[in-house]
Amino acid sequence: TRDDEYDYLFKVVLIGDSGVGKSNLLSRFTRNEFNLESKSTIGVEFATRSIQVDGKTIKAQIWDTAGQERYRAITSAYYRGAVGALLVYDIAKHLTYENVERWLKELRDHADNNIVIMLVGNKSDLRHLRAVPTDEARAFAEKNNLSFIETSALDSTNVEEAFKNILTEIYRIVSQKQIADRSAHDESPGNNVVDISVPPTTDGQKSNKLQCCQNL
Amino acid sequence: MASDGGRKQFWKRSGAKVPGSIQHVYGAQHPPFDPLLHGTLIKPGSKPPTTPVKLKKVSTFQEFESNTSDAWDLGDDDDELLAIAAENLNTEVVMETAHKVIQNHSKLQEQHKFQEEHLQEEKQEEFAQLTSVACGDNRLVKSVSEGHTSSSLDNASENSSMQRSQSLPQTSMPPLTSGMADYNTSVTPALTEREASRLDKFKQLLAGPNTDLDELRKLSWSGIPKRVRPIAWKLLSGYLPANVDRRESTLQRKRKEYFAFVEQYYDSRNDESHQDTYRQIHIDIPRMSPEVLRLQPKVTEIFERILFIWAIRHPASGYVQGINDLVTPFFVVFVCEYIEEEEVENFDVSSLPEEVLQNIEADSYWCMSKLLDGIQDNYTFAQPGIQKKVKMLEELVSRIDEQVHRHLDQHEVKYLQFAFRWMNNLLMREVPLRCTIRLWDTYQSEPEGFSHFHLYVCAAFLVRWRKKILEEKDFQELLIFLQNLPTVHWGNEDISVLLAEAYRLKFAFADAPNHYKK
Repeated sequence: TRDDEYDYLFKVVLIGDSGVGKSNLLSRFTRNEFNLESKSTIGVEFATRSIQVDGKTIKAQIWDTAGQERYRAITSAYYRGAVGALLVYDIAKHLTYENVERWLKELRDHADNNIVIMLVGNKSDLRHLRAVPTDEARAFAEKNNLSFIETSALDSTNVEEAFKNILTEIYRIVSQKQIADRSAHDESPGNNVVDISVPPTTDGQKSNKLQCCQNL
Repeated sequence: MASDGGRKQFWKRSGAKVPGSIQHVYGAQHPPFDPLLHGTLIKPGSKPPTTPVKLKKVSTFQEFESNTSDAWDLGDDDDELLAIAAENLNTEVVMETAHKVIQNHSKLQEQHKFQEEHLQEEKQEEFAQLTSVACGDNRLVKSVSEGHTSSSLDNASENSSMQRSQSLPQTSMPPLTSGMADYNTSVTPALTEREASRLDKFKQLLAGPNTDLDELRKLSWSGIPKRVRPIAWKLLSGYLPANVDRRESTLQRKRKEYFAFVEQYYDSRNDESHQDTYRQIHIDIPRMSPEVLRLQPKVTEIFERILFIWAIRHPASGYVQGINDLVTPFFVVFVCEYIEEEEVENFDVSSLPEEVLQNIEADSYWCMSKLLDGIQDNYTFAQPGIQKKVKMLEELVSRIDEQVHRHLDQHEVKYLQFAFRWMNNLLMREVPLRCTIRLWDTYQSEPEGFSHFHLYVCAAFLVRWRKKILEEKDFQELLIFLQNLPTVHWGNEDISVLLAEAYRLKFAFADAPNHYKK
């Protein structure tokens, strides 16, 4: 299959403090590459990869954002239309975990209400330097209705799983929503391509509007 | 005058710049000049300049072309080329004359030494330094220039200026001095004739007593030879004064000033109020290019200090990711001043003496500061400078290549998605370091090079890929391409082409607001 054939296209953002490993999670997932000295992300960078769920091709359009505070004015514009967010912290740097609250607020302020959020504790290979206990982070995630996983972009642990889990979760919500929409409006989208990803609930109007206006 | 009107105009204008003579007038009309702050040549983007100014820019480009052509080859018997060569020759004559003057005066002084006791009591060098400090220098400098342009060699009233000239080689910087030493035999086998001739041009210009900064900008626009780049950059950035004799004292003062900042502020990097800044810098330093250099602990240390001090002293923006990249070209170029190696990236910086490293650090700090002064709104809250420039880029591209613009628009590619980084890091992430350094030769020679001219370079850069862009029919492919442009093998040639195109665009669009705006 060609890369541009897909059933669903989901926009996902990678956010979190500077230096937690967002870019390496992305390069590990999309190119199976890891670079200990990868350059700092300026503004927003972009990559894609397609995966299969239930025989459907899901293309993930992943936006990797700069972690520094100063860039938020720019990067927050990219939250719009995102159906998923990987909120990454560094298990060896407690401060990056403390800042998760601030990132959640960013999402509340700028992203769609129903965005699926996954809390990702990266650098799990740094066992001897661990500063954030797994249980604590998991409890925090549960309390805030977030999925949770620990990963290591360096040794590849759970990277596939993290992306696949969030994409599958989005897929479930979107496909259920579609079924609901179909019975409600008898308005089936094209049989195999959804160009603009559909926010999980509410506002079905909005997504339809996006679809018809994109060529204006 | 009748034939070849365009060229004639150029020559006439050249003559007008140096009235009564085709020799250069080294006058006091060139105070230390910051091209980033004062766009004296032209104020692009503001008002369409008057015709004469426009013509002047044409001449700059023509000169750029002739300077880079084989105009200096004596074998060429084209009349105009010979005329240029003659001018070159005359400048050499000037230099020779200057040396004669110095010699004559040494003799003269011997004769006058009983009559002029106060001069005799002081060493010539000391005298020169004293006068240079005492006077604001303009008057004195003027007299030096008269000394050089005047044909009367034995005018006793020029005593002091002659002594200053004599002290020139001692007070100028070591690499330059050695450069001057091999001046007569400077055609080293490694250089082509054209390169050697360009290098000579630079050396003449830099030797002083006052470097004509307009001339230096014209010459530097098309690239600065590696050997003279450190001094040329320091002059172009406005860090060093045009007057040779004031350079060493300026360097000493600025270096002292920088390390006073370090003394004053650097300990505060772990304070509550500054630790975020320091932490961010600390995280970013290992993530810059060039790869080898940045991993050296000595380099890390220096970069951290430079960036932290800059951030503390510029609270409106503070440190923003990307600013760290901007130190690198200065640092690498200034390291080159002290080493013979071709490849800086493999050079062990810690092998340099501590004092030399300190000089490089302070010089890099000041030159980077000068650069950032001109683009600070790129880094203040919400980065308005970048937003504005990206918007301007979009407008510009829509005028110069509607097809590309429409294609991007059709596929919903937003300029901010790829051009943000072009502005934030001045294309440093898009081209190899050697290309950035070449690019900066020109940026520092253009009025508002890093802010305004950069826009045209970005436009030329985008359109440069038009074929591939138009081939891509998919948003993701387009964006991935635009964020990973294949420039790994780019060299000076590519940058020269890019700059020439940018210059053309600027000429066609900057001064024509109706052309520029939708």
